[in-house]
Amino acid sequence: MLILTCPCCGVTGEETEFHQGGEAHLKRFGPGASDDEFHTYMFAKENPKGVHFERWRHNNGCGKWFHAARDTVTLEVYGTYPAQTLEPPKEIRDAITAKRPGWTWREFA
Amino acid sequence: MSTRLAKTGRLVDHNRAIAFTFNGKRLKGHPGDTLASALLANDQMLVGRSFKYHRPRGIVASGAEEPNALVGLGEGTRFEPNQRVTTTELFDGLTCISQNHWPSLDFDIGAVNTAFARFLPAGFYYKTFIHPRPFWKHVYEPFIRQSAGLGKASNPGDPDRYEHFYYFCDVLVVGGGVAGLQAAVTAAEAGSKVMLIEQTAHWGGRAPVDGGEVDGQPVADWVDATIAKLQGMPNVTLRNRCMGAGVYDHGYALGYERVADHTPGSDAPRHRLWRIRAGQIVTATGAIERPLSFAGNDIPGVMLASAVRDYAVDFGVSIGDRTVVVTNNDDAYRTAITLKQLGLEIPVILDARQSGGGALADEARALGIRVENGKGIAKVKGGKRVEGVAICAQAGEGAVLEEIKCDAVAMSGGWSPVVHLWSHCGGKLIWDEAHAHFRPDPANPPKGANGEGFVIPAGAANGAGDLASVVRDAHEAGQAAAKAMGHKPKGKAPEASTSEEAPMQPVWLMPQGAGIKLRMKSWLDYQNDVKVSDVQLAAREGYESVEHAKRYTTLGMATDQGKLSNINGLAILSDALSQPIPQTGTTTFRPPYTPISLSSIAGEAKGEIFQPIRKTPMHGWHEANGADFEPVGQWRRPYCFPKGEEGRHEAVNREIKQTRASLALLDASTLGKIIVKGPDAGRFMDMLYTNMMSTLKPGRCRYGLMCNENGFLMDDGVVARLDEDTFLVHTTTGGADVIHGHMEDWLQCEWWDWKVYTANVTEQYAQIGVAGPNSRKVIEKLTGDDISADALTFMGWTEITVAGIPARVFRISFAGELSFELSVPASHGRALWDALLEAGEEYGVTPYGTEGMHVMRAEKGFIMIGDETDGTVIPQDLNMDWAISKKKEDYLGKRAQEREHMADPNRWKLVGLETLEGEVLPDGAYATAPGTNANGQRNTQGRVTSTYHSPTLGRGIAMGLVHHGPDRMGEVLEFPKVDGGIVKAKIVDPIFYDKDGEKQNV
Repeated sequence: MLILTCPCCGVTGEETEFHQGGEAHLKRFGPGASDDEFHTYMFAKENPKGVHFERWRHNNGCGKWFHAARDTVTLEVYGTYPAQTLEPPKEIRDAITAKRPGWTWREFA
Repeated sequence: MSTRLAKTGRLVDHNRAIAFTFNGKRLKGHPGDTLASALLANDQMLVGRSFKYHRPRGIVASGAEEPNALVGLGEGTRFEPNQRVTTTELFDGLTCISQNHWPSLDFDIGAVNTAFARFLPAGFYYKTFIHPRPFWKHVYEPFIRQSAGLGKASNPGDPDRYEHFYYFCDVLVVGGGVAGLQAAVTAAEAGSKVMLIEQTAHWGGRAPVDGGEVDGQPVADWVDATIAKLQGMPNVTLRNRCMGAGVYDHGYALGYERVADHTPGSDAPRHRLWRIRAGQIVTATGAIERPLSFAGNDIPGVMLASAVRDYAVDFGVSIGDRTVVVTNNDDAYRTAITLKQLGLEIPVILDARQSGGGALADEARALGIRVENGKGIAKVKGGKRVEGVAICAQAGEGAVLEEIKCDAVAMSGGWSPVVHLWSHCGGKLIWDEAHAHFRPDPANPPKGANGEGFVIPAGAANGAGDLASVVRDAHEAGQAAAKAMGHKPKGKAPEASTSEEAPMQPVWLMPQGAGIKLRMKSWLDYQNDVKVSDVQLAAREGYESVEHAKRYTTLGMATDQGKLSNINGLAILSDALSQPIPQTGTTTFRPPYTPISLSSIAGEAKGEIFQPIRKTPMHGWHEANGADFEPVGQWRRPYCFPKGEEGRHEAVNREIKQTRASLALLDASTLGKIIVKGPDAGRFMDMLYTNMMSTLKPGRCRYGLMCNENGFLMDDGVVARLDEDTFLVHTTTGGADVIHGHMEDWLQCEWWDWKVYTANVTEQYAQIGVAGPNSRKVIEKLTGDDISADALTFMGWTEITVAGIPARVFRISFAGELSFELSVPASHGRALWDALLEAGEEYGVTPYGTEGMHVMRAEKGFIMIGDETDGTVIPQDLNMDWAISKKKEDYLGKRAQEREHMADPNRWKLVGLETLEGEVLPDGAYATAPGTNANGQRNTQGRVTSTYHSPTLGRGIAMGLVHHGPDRMGEVLEFPKVDGGIVKAKIVDPIFYDKDGEKQNV
């Protein structure tokens, strides 16, 4: 059972306080998008062994969604940050690089 | 024979006797006994039968690792199967029965299996019962089921209490032996908040049995002094009878406290589950002695050498008058010396090592004990108890050199650190060649949220040997744990006794060249009857992975999870595969360490407090007026309100007839109510719903459909526009929280720059549906405001005062009659309900329940989320294209609904179904089509989604999804029933009642 810190209210809580919501940094494709674009957006999700970016909601707390940078192998949490962003903040990426030099995830590195 | 010794027994009170029964036999023990020691004191060597061959089995161990001695404990609702006698504390009046035998423990029919053992090797069931196929269901399975299962299931109605504790600490120390105590003291003195748990009732572990000194005092005294010191520290919590059951991610651990197992009937909760979050976890879990694999090593009276010693010193019980000791290490000599000093006979110590033992061996010889080096046991003689041993050379094939009479055998194959908790969460192991065991690899601990290790092994669990190294190792573990928590460790480890021992020598089979006959009687896994020959067969048949060999042979799959058998088994497997043991590796260690009760996991969450129940303001009235409740989400809603002798069906019919004829009330307070507010609220609503909501005028209502991004229908309901900036969204009862979460998801993560705020106000309002031709009249009796057909048109809403209460009134209809929904602050809900009942008396008002509501909406052809939808249905399937805006560029689900499969004209579509004979179609029934599919099943062309008896029409009505349904009006479909037979139904328009909506428009 993981421990996460909500970047909105600052609470560090048990996993049961939170709810996982799939991959972070998805770019939405709506009407006008090609079948491939929509399919990729809707179904082709990352399932990495290692560094991963996820959406979480503090649903038994402040109710806010946030993003978590996590390692799916060691379960290390590199950091959490607000969901209102299009890319992981630099300090989170640096923290990952310090532990996992040369990491990549989609277009991020 | 085993018996009670007069003088020894440091844990038992010789001066008091307590009574217990075993298989109905009345026996006596002392306070402080375990059930195991008490049985042995009464010469009850035979305590159970093995699982497969029903071989007679006795007690092997003295602790949690015991594989054989499992009993059914207690009676009636307190009966519990598979309880280990070694971990059951004796209490006055304890009753237990032995397991897995028929008709009796002493004479068991199933024991014939042992005669056929050569025909029942590993994988026997897989190989034998596969053909012919039909035999499986009717012959093999019933037979196997009857012989399967160890012990009888417990009875329902557990009368005891269980609870959960939540606990947070810096350092959790698991294991209250010398190592655990030292680690706890070191961490606590550094300032850490420490919790120390111990699975048995006693502190100090096995150290007091073996003696030695710590800090200049006898170890038993040091244990007492250290406990006293820890008890005096405010930052330390101590719990005995509390097992570390499992270690999980990020420092989470479970402690299983058996609070009142030894004091049944006391007011205390029986078990307590500690849900602990620790910064660091020190595993001071000790080590477990391994058996040796020789023929007949399962005969009652063959026991682990350490257990023989424990019973003598702790409980004053001797296993036999003449005990042969067989070993591959020095530690077992302690057993011989202890027994000899108690005046018992040791005919011989068989040391498998050619070079023999060290100082302890010299001590034994000095006591006059015969020691034979390089020798082992060819076989144990005896059936239900040991009668003697045949001695052979360890290096040979088992030629008998000498037979010696004895009534007990104490064996030792070396010690394995208890690495379970270290391994639960990913800690890696290394193979220690010198001690022939796996121990924690300090370079690869389980890692926490910060990427650093959070488990530290200590003492024997870390492979430490004598008392001095155990204390030193534990002190270092305590220091490391405190340091990791930011505390400054001080002091140094106390001095303790050292002991020089000769190196042990791995012995995986005795004698090493044992032939098949001996190997077939050399047990590895006692409980599951796995022998050396079975593991070798698995290797020959290609089960080379240790995980495969485990499942093929069932080695380590019994209730003891291979605590005694696993290392021996994988050594045999490695040998058969000619590869080193570390290459074979271990099977996976999974929590819990030993079985914990299901009740402790449930804790207090049972019966009435299993989960909180949500109640509407009118709930009390419903209860008082005989409501027949059904669960809807966490709510309880009245299904109907039966009167007198009425059954459910009659009550529902009456409620519907009364609604259609005059007046009825529905408690609709559970409906989800969400406020969506802000300058961008209209824009947001247009994205949420398939239809256009932004054009809705204040004062008006509109029915809408909500889809997920994948295009599937997820909720529906009526939206009211309160003002230019504000919408009130009604959701289904079960959907309120989910839909609110869905809104927040899109607002926070996708359109975070939109100015919209949402609030779930479901419980802030009570809502009452007033339905029937007289509904306007009854409200008019209670209000001076104008709600006439002209003032409040269909799908309009307004604010009125009704019965003196400020209310919103929505003129909407789910029943198909003239109806209104009145929404008032929750605190006024009951008052309005009472006022409406009183005012409606002249119209014969009746409350109606959810079933009446369902039937009436089905009569009207209205869909119900969860009936007509199941997560794979899109609005187009339900012919609801009218509710999908063509003008909007985008809404959630729009792009998905354009995908090829979603736009396929072959999707099943909604129709009404009218049975030819008027009966009710079975719910979920499929309409068959000609031919069969690739699996040989009947083809289908539709299914029933809702089906009811309509009292209004006096016949069965249904809705369903049918292939090309709307184009096939009048066609008759066949729906097979589960019990055989077929129901025929005609495809019709789904609106069965008042097609033009004249009833609601008055």
